[in-house]
Amino acid sequence: MAVTEPLLAVDDLWVEFWTRRGTIHAVNGISFTLAPGETLGIVGESGCGKSVTSLALLGILPRAGRVVRGGATFQGRKLIGLSDAELRRVRGKEIAMIFQDPMTSLNPVLTIGRQIRETLEAHFGMERHAANARAAELLDQVGIPGARSRLGDYPHQFSGGMRQRAMIAMALACEPKVLIADEPTTALDVTIQAQILELLRQLVAERDTALILITHDLGVVAGMCERVNVMYAGMFVETGSAAALFARPRHPYTVGLLQSVPRLDSERGRKLQPITGAPRDMLSAPSACPFAPRCRYAIDGCTHEVPALRTMEPDHDARCINPVPAATPQPAGEATR
Amino acid sequence: MSDPLVSAEGLKVWFPIKSGIVLDRHVGDVKAVDDVSLLIERGETLGLVGESGCGKSTVGRTIVRLYRPTAGRIVFDGEDITTLGETELRGTRRQMQMVFQDPFASLNPRHSIGRIVSEPIRVHGLSGSRRETHQLVRDLLGRVGLPADAASRYPHEFSGGQRQRIGLARALSVNPAFIVCDEPVSALDVSIQAQIINLLEQLQDELALTYLFIAHDLAVVRHISDRIAVMYLGGIVEVSPAEALYRQPLHPYTISLLSAVPIPDPEVERRRSRIFLTGDVPSPASPPAACRFHTRCPYVQPTRCREERPALRALENGHEVACHWAEEIHSGAITLPSSNGRR
Repeated sequence: MAVTEPLLAVDDLWVEFWTRRGTIHAVNGISFTLAPGETLGIVGESGCGKSVTSLALLGILPRAGRVVRGGATFQGRKLIGLSDAELRRVRGKEIAMIFQDPMTSLNPVLTIGRQIRETLEAHFGMERHAANARAAELLDQVGIPGARSRLGDYPHQFSGGMRQRAMIAMALACEPKVLIADEPTTALDVTIQAQILELLRQLVAERDTALILITHDLGVVAGMCERVNVMYAGMFVETGSAAALFARPRHPYTVGLLQSVPRLDSERGRKLQPITGAPRDMLSAPSACPFAPRCRYAIDGCTHEVPALRTMEPDHDARCINPVPAATPQPAGEATR
Repeated sequence: MSDPLVSAEGLKVWFPIKSGIVLDRHVGDVKAVDDVSLLIERGETLGLVGESGCGKSTVGRTIVRLYRPTAGRIVFDGEDITTLGETELRGTRRQMQMVFQDPFASLNPRHSIGRIVSEPIRVHGLSGSRRETHQLVRDLLGRVGLPADAASRYPHEFSGGQRQRIGLARALSVNPAFIVCDEPVSALDVSIQAQIINLLEQLQDELALTYLFIAHDLAVVRHISDRIAVMYLGGIVEVSPAEALYRQPLHPYTISLLSAVPIPDPEVERRRSRIFLTGDVPSPASPPAACRFHTRCPYVQPTRCREERPALRALENGHEVACHWAEEIHSGAITLPSSNGRR
């Protein structure tokens, strides 16, 4: 396949929050590109800046937040710093978002039908009747039984899984080119999670929608994404194809994450290896490797400067001056290979 | 199997649904737990898994008698505690403690860590001199990996993982034999979860504790448990030694549940087959008749499934299952309809 022009390009994005405690350095220089139809995972723990990144792209940062450096382009057009009116044409129509908690992101006093219709009316100027028909069609596509008759339901009449389906229907209403899903299944049970992930998989494949999946769950990323970025303290510490990154993780944080979760298919009785310490507070921009204080592989140079992303192999980079040797056998999963 | 620490027989916990303002009519029951029997051996960890609303937390809370069961019998260390009153329970309660899911809600923000940890000692009238209590708190904090100076600090100064350690220290203060851990790691970040899991394992070895470990994360439960009970809609559908359950799940619900858990390996994810359950869990206020899983079961059969409720029956090697067709499904005589599953 020829190299296609990226749909979305994020270049050296920095986001800060001004709070009473001081400035929170939430995102510290993030760059990535997204090709049409690509599925990209952003993995990290709470507070690492993964959600803030997506909020910044859509221009919906809370008031205290500000993009202080860097930018993003969508199909070559500038995305950050647009006026609200200009942003409104992109948001929802070209780039749509699904949030973690479908209960708080749906309006409880409006019917599901009305909420889907709103998007269609705003972006396409559809009149009510056509918008209603389209809304029913969308609900049907995301697998809500008796879609037509459910348009008049309120969010509380839907179960958690159905609400998330309705959110997806809403996000897909305008056939966006990019779908950002921020922890779309974290609030759901595992069997419902499997349904929703399968739905997302099908929908993005059918429509050739590019997907950015933001999650803390390495398992979800492994099953969904072609490319993965591991995020820590507002930076991508490891990035690459999912195949390479999971087979040969090189950044000590990625390795640590993989070794600290028990796997369903690993040998039982293996001792978990937790990452010691706690995540860094973000009250200052990192001046050295942010993971160094918790790192088993830390050496002298780690505390001198922020390491650059270094190529480990084609299509696989890590921000580490003393990466974990690729030969280190992964204790997990060996038993079943 | 002779002398279990905890045994529950035919446990039912129904919560009444009331309607009306003045009359407060009883219009139905949420059958949170409906006929659950289980044994917990001394020194073992029994894992209790299931999805939200299946009644697993209610089982845990009823066993330590935070709820009074609607029916059934609970025996703890040889003593029937089913109907004991609060004062009579106190002696037994010392033996059984609980660790909660939310480390932010389960510690009083106005109390110092020292006071929180020593509270159970005071409640049970075990406190000696101030100096002894201080020393005890210090030892407990050390045991769970916290510095001794934590005693004079307050919950907000601690992270989620540290707060969970404080909750554990509190549970350990009265030297219990049995601890119900209700989702003890699910509120924590992944890198912190392992610290708490390892600590729980270490404490069990050192203090010969017995755990009931309630969680929805099947990989975590498998890691820590000796035996596992799987719950669906108020009933136990399968009980088995941990390894056998994962190698050879017999109940269709367990099979689907295991196939839905993502594994952090793209290779494995691509190759494995999935079973998709349709729809949502029915309401425990009006559960399906006969087998409660039949409305979502991918293996549902035209006979029996909709007619009689399957009892939990013992197969080989301590593996129990509540499915009419477990043997046939296992041997492959009953297969999935081709519409289900990928590849």
